[in-house]
Amino acid sequence: MIALPPPKPEILARRAEIVAALSAIVPGDGVISDPTRLKPYETDGLAAYRQMPLAVVLPRTTEQVAAILRYCNENGVRIVPRGAGTSLSGGALPLADAVVIGLMRMNRILEIDLDDRLAVVEAGVTNIGITNAVSGDGFFYAPDPSSQLACMIGGNVMMNSGGAHCLKYGVTANNLLGLKFVTIEGEIVTIGGAHLDAAGYDWLGLITGSEGQLGLVTEVTVRILRGPEGARAMLAAFNGTEIAGAAVDAIIGSGIIPVALEFMDKPCIHACEAFAHAGYPLDAEAMLIIEVEGSTAEQDDLLNRIKAICERFNPISLKVAESPEQSLAIWKGRKGAFGAVGRISPDYLCMDGTIPTSELPFVLKRIGELSTQYGLGVANVFHAGDGNLHPLIMFDANDADSFHRAEHFGADILRLCVEVGGCLTGEHGVGVEKRDLMTVQFTARELDQQRAIKTAFDPQWLLNPAKVFPLQGDLLPPLAAE
Amino acid sequence: MTASAETTLAPPDEAGLAMLVAAAHTAREPLAIEGRGTKRGLLRPVQAARTVSTRNLTGITLYRPSELIISARAGTPIPEIEAALAEHGQHLIAEPPDTRAIFGATEPATLGGIIAANLSGPRRIAWGAMRDHILGIRFVNGAGEVLRSGGRVLKNVTGLDLCKLLAGSYGTLGVITEITLKVLPAPEATATLLIEVPDIATGVRALSAGLGSPFSVTGAALLPGTPTIAALRLEDFAASVTYRAGRLRESLAPFGPATLLEGDPSRSFWREVRDAAPLAAQPEDAIWRVSVRPSAAPAVALTAETLGGRTLLDWGGGLVWVAAPATAEAHAALVAAAAVTGGSCTLFRAPAALRLTVAVLPAEPAPLAAIARRVKAALDPAGILNPGRMGPAP
Repeated sequence: MIALPPPKPEILARRAEIVAALSAIVPGDGVISDPTRLKPYETDGLAAYRQMPLAVVLPRTTEQVAAILRYCNENGVRIVPRGAGTSLSGGALPLADAVVIGLMRMNRILEIDLDDRLAVVEAGVTNIGITNAVSGDGFFYAPDPSSQLACMIGGNVMMNSGGAHCLKYGVTANNLLGLKFVTIEGEIVTIGGAHLDAAGYDWLGLITGSEGQLGLVTEVTVRILRGPEGARAMLAAFNGTEIAGAAVDAIIGSGIIPVALEFMDKPCIHACEAFAHAGYPLDAEAMLIIEVEGSTAEQDDLLNRIKAICERFNPISLKVAESPEQSLAIWKGRKGAFGAVGRISPDYLCMDGTIPTSELPFVLKRIGELSTQYGLGVANVFHAGDGNLHPLIMFDANDADSFHRAEHFGADILRLCVEVGGCLTGEHGVGVEKRDLMTVQFTARELDQQRAIKTAFDPQWLLNPAKVFPLQGDLLPPLAAE
Repeated sequence: MTASAETTLAPPDEAGLAMLVAAAHTAREPLAIEGRGTKRGLLRPVQAARTVSTRNLTGITLYRPSELIISARAGTPIPEIEAALAEHGQHLIAEPPDTRAIFGATEPATLGGIIAANLSGPRRIAWGAMRDHILGIRFVNGAGEVLRSGGRVLKNVTGLDLCKLLAGSYGTLGVITEITLKVLPAPEATATLLIEVPDIATGVRALSAGLGSPFSVTGAALLPGTPTIAALRLEDFAASVTYRAGRLRESLAPFGPATLLEGDPSRSFWREVRDAAPLAAQPEDAIWRVSVRPSAAPAVALTAETLGGRTLLDWGGGLVWVAAPATAEAHAALVAAAAVTGGSCTLFRAPAALRLTVAVLPAEPAPLAAIARRVKAALDPAGILNPGRMGPAP
């Protein structure tokens, strides 16, 4: 288990006073302090970790957020920001002496401008909520994490969320124009705006993916895009993971950028097929789902090109969807992959490293060996176009030893990702989960440099403590600039 | 007086560069940072006795076409990178402008310089800016430490994103020494629809309609004049380009009569837009880049016109290039015009006298300015890197 810093006794002792102060800022039902109602906030998408917070506050306006931060800053109270609580890295895990600021009540869509192709929304609007608001006009918001029905845009910004379609459309950072940002001192500032590439330092780029370390985001201006005329998927199954990997290389090398290019290994194919009955080939070692966009004729042209490439690699099965319904059927298993693994194992850890795509066969072989070594099953699903690997490690949370082994297995996979030239996290964030592995990817000086930038925003280190950076001493020594 | 007249040091490698910066840090001696110095005329002149150049840190260090990545040292000239990519049918996604004509430079820009200025061309509207494609960097901070951020994979959210922070920081936060970029296959075919529109406002609406169509427009520029021309680019496989050009032409017919440029004429048209050639800036003109929401572009263009200036619109109207007499009044008017909708105005080229007297970049709100000072101190504790480049040194 990853250590959390000891709570500050003087803060715990002042709990009633802190709750009263927060209630004055957000009157009515804006503050939660009784244990029963606090319970849902004790964990997030990384459910193996649980910690009850000091209190939860649910502001409705940016001004309330600013007042809360000002109060916490002046009183040395730690803060954990939270959207929908879907973080898979424990990004919203509370601390015993921290106030959770939940932004789910800030869920209004403030502006939609189809001519300028943007939407201004509050942080608590769900990812799918943005697309739903503009889909009637043929537009969409591109990043599509698998939690998109629940996850909120504020959390997407903080974690720089990706999705299955970022090979073509990029991740959150590539689809933002502006933020309303609240500093730890409680100052409200506009970052960027409705225009591209605002002049000056790229605060938008730095804040995106900062995991709540620098400040809170209450409003987001996103780019919205016109959707294609249509999209269609195909499935290609192969006899070996290295063969499927070579097919991926050949597709990309031909000049085609599919809108999605997903890879599943044999255990994952089996789990998904048992769950979704999508018609996946059970004898295959690896399977690709490839999606293209355009008019029907353009889809046909691209799918024919991809089919011809796949045929050079002796596929076991090639299935091109003939209709939107068949596309959905092909996607059904992949979209349900996490749930499918959840059916065959009581619990699983979802890892998120990224590797150079050429290393895929070696990495999958090593993961197989580690699976044997730790005595735990693993299913691999992979955004093949961009090298983002999601091994699902199966374990039983009721068996402490099984969980312990799963954590070590996961850490070994992430070390492996870094060793082959990749990174610890492609889209889920460091959170609490990968915090102690940061030294694998970064030198001490590199981490100190990042810490010094964090300190520039948050001198007392009150914002989302114990995440991202390995603990030092009690929690931190905020580094002096010089 | 710019730094170029003084001593220029061009270390042979990253370690040598780091030693120079470390020594300057200890001595608290300001350094001007540049690649080949092609953009010295951009923003404010640096006040430093010595210049450190990355011009000798050259060469492509890694290129994996099938992984869509390329790494090169900061001093590598952009044409060298473009040529290496072209050999494998790939290209720099954001098609950075060649600013030689604007700044009267003779040498090509370096990759480090383009990244440090985050300069992007027409494809930015569809495929993102230079900063969006940086996967990793190596840099020397103001204390002379060699550090990395990001890596060499396409998706990476590990730690704070210093790649984006350093892009567009004009060498004031660190000296970038090596960059890894995402690249993409260059399209097989390209075509451009040229529409004669009655005025700028109609033209911007035509661009918005094109960008809001399902036909994947990858360039959307407006050339004011007689006649005013709205230009929309398509890039893809040949059959797709032909099909979409037909559909786009049909759907934009109400905006005015159209012609189609195909192949090389289309490519050279967009090279000229990329380099702001149609702006036809006179040698004595100042040049601004005004970034606004597209619907605000006509008002900015009108302001430029009343100043006796000329404009070129790119990014669907989101980028307004302005050439006008180099006066403080013109600058103030354009800054105000951009601010109406919260946009930003950059004084891109001007005589040193003007660059030293006005804010070349918009002022930040006080809380952000305070954070900026602390971030600058975190990366460059002695304040030695490019002092005064983005604004008067505090």
